[in-house]
Amino acid sequence: MKLNIIVLAKQVPDTRNVGGQAMNDDGTINRSALPAIFNPEDLNALEQALLLKETNPGSRVTLLTMGPHRAADILREGLYRGADEGILLTDRAFAGADTLATSYALASAIKKIGSYDVILCGRQAIDGDTAQVGPQVAQQLGLPQVTYTRRIISLNEGMVTVERSIENGVEIVETSLPVLLTVDGTAAQCRPANAYRLLRFHRAAIPTEQAAEGFRYSKQIVADEALALKEWNLVHINGDAARCGLAGSPTKVRKVDNVIFKAKESKRYSAGDEDIKALVGELLANHTIG
Amino acid sequence: MNSILVYCELDGTRVAEVSLELLSKGRRLADALNVQLEAVALGADLSTLPAQVYPYGADTLHLFEDERLSPYTTLPHTSVLCRLIEEEKPQIFLLGATVIGRDLAPRISSALHCGLTADCTALELGDYEDKKSGVKIENLLYSIRPAFGGNIVATIVNPYHRPQMATVREGVMPLQRVRPDGCDGNTVHHNVSEYVSDADFMVRIIERHVKPQDNNLKNAPIVVAGGYGMGSKENFDTLYTLAHLLHGEVGATRAAIDAGFTTHDRQIGQTGLTVRPKVYIACGISGQVQHISGMSDSGIIISVNSDPDAPINAIADYVITGKVEEVIPKLITHYQQKS
Repeated sequence: MKLNIIVLAKQVPDTRNVGGQAMNDDGTINRSALPAIFNPEDLNALEQALLLKETNPGSRVTLLTMGPHRAADILREGLYRGADEGILLTDRAFAGADTLATSYALASAIKKIGSYDVILCGRQAIDGDTAQVGPQVAQQLGLPQVTYTRRIISLNEGMVTVERSIENGVEIVETSLPVLLTVDGTAAQCRPANAYRLLRFHRAAIPTEQAAEGFRYSKQIVADEALALKEWNLVHINGDAARCGLAGSPTKVRKVDNVIFKAKESKRYSAGDEDIKALVGELLANHTIG
Repeated sequence: MNSILVYCELDGTRVAEVSLELLSKGRRLADALNVQLEAVALGADLSTLPAQVYPYGADTLHLFEDERLSPYTTLPHTSVLCRLIEEEKPQIFLLGATVIGRDLAPRISSALHCGLTADCTALELGDYEDKKSGVKIENLLYSIRPAFGGNIVATIVNPYHRPQMATVREGVMPLQRVRPDGCDGNTVHHNVSEYVSDADFMVRIIERHVKPQDNNLKNAPIVVAGGYGMGSKENFDTLYTLAHLLHGEVGATRAAIDAGFTTHDRQIGQTGLTVRPKVYIACGISGQVQHISGMSDSGIIISVNSDPDAPINAIADYVITGKVEEVIPKLITHYQQKS
């Protein structure tokens, strides 16, 4: 069965390893110093899509992301790894969106794509860790959802069987297509970029990039239309501005505090036997242990 | 005034601890707002629910008893709760930030078009002034949560949409029994078939494998935790000996788990468990903020690290500077000799 598969992905700052250069002197984070990456669990989702494509020849994997122009980077990265098409959803009207406004824009874009059997996305993104956008998109499209997907066990005759994580265990569920699956980090890792695809798709660009001064691949894009990444705005997806971006977000950020842990006066010991013995003695004496 | 509603998640017939924690918190919020606290549970056998729920302060308990509602699946629980919320119009709706809560809450917020804040670690009440319109709103729910990998804490409000929804992490709200066993409230048995349709049952559970938690990390008085700095699984395994000796449990950072030193159920930190033991022994843990946010409320913190400037040392009461593979065996030996 030929499937139309949509993968939702997000470009995120790499919050996992905040190194010294990303710290300001006052202990706060310099966000612009963090590298922008393909959200890790969205890569797990892309792998599930590519596996489905392998077992269902003729299937098509479309990568959809929302963000600023530079988020086109993750579309290219997805193409290197095996996606067939990339769409960037970008508009000032989308800026400042909370999860609900984000899911509205994504759901509207998916409606514009029109035909889909499986929608895949990461369980959550590492910048917000909310895990909300997947289920919110599913609700707006009226689709069943399976969250915390570990693997797709089988897909045939319009039914899909999925293994998912639950508290302290796993569950195997079955549902009909179309369906939205959110994939967690226990799922298979995404395959790396393919060298031939990299050579071909590093020329892929959204219209804004193509129009920029110094863009060198206009001829190649004319010759190979797969290099033409799509760039959609509010009008393209027939969106309601009142439901997008800051205006369409029921939640507001009242304030943001940097986390700075209060330093304590600590007692210092070496790894020498005498020191360890003294420490154990003190901990026993003050009933910390024992 | 509009009530506060708490979703009671069930593990078989038992209410999840996080739901009781939310009832405890919900009671305090309801008292501050002078409103009713309502609880809702969906499942196959709810006969013990009143006895479990009322001691934690609920005034009303909505029960939806139907074989088809257990185990949990997304769509029927969404349909029931959306309709109940439309009927009861609570101003605040709280769920646990568990696999179920995080599957269900966004679905409901999307259907009702109301704001949802995930994985909160604190809830407060306060005022909000809309700078654009100058409108001041009193007694809003402040949903407080870590974001950006735990490097910031954001306070989120929902000024104009109701209910104000939040999922709350397990273990962050203290349990508080406020009424004696056997107390009673207003229990409402609803007719489930009026709330769900056949289409809600399109997702079918074929198999389910749940094994009981094989560690008691959450409630352990002493936690011996290892990080990537443990170096190998063999080194990490020495922590079990130390933990056993101290009657504690073994925890780990995400990096240690990613390196294959131990299992996911031992992860402490922003994407794992929040613990607050009497004693926390951090071994080979540098102290990424994601980890510290899950253990910084521990009573006494002991850090074992070869780097004297490891960030975790700043919050430690005792710092041992040395290689973990030397220090851990010495701790074991000296403890055995002394006690």
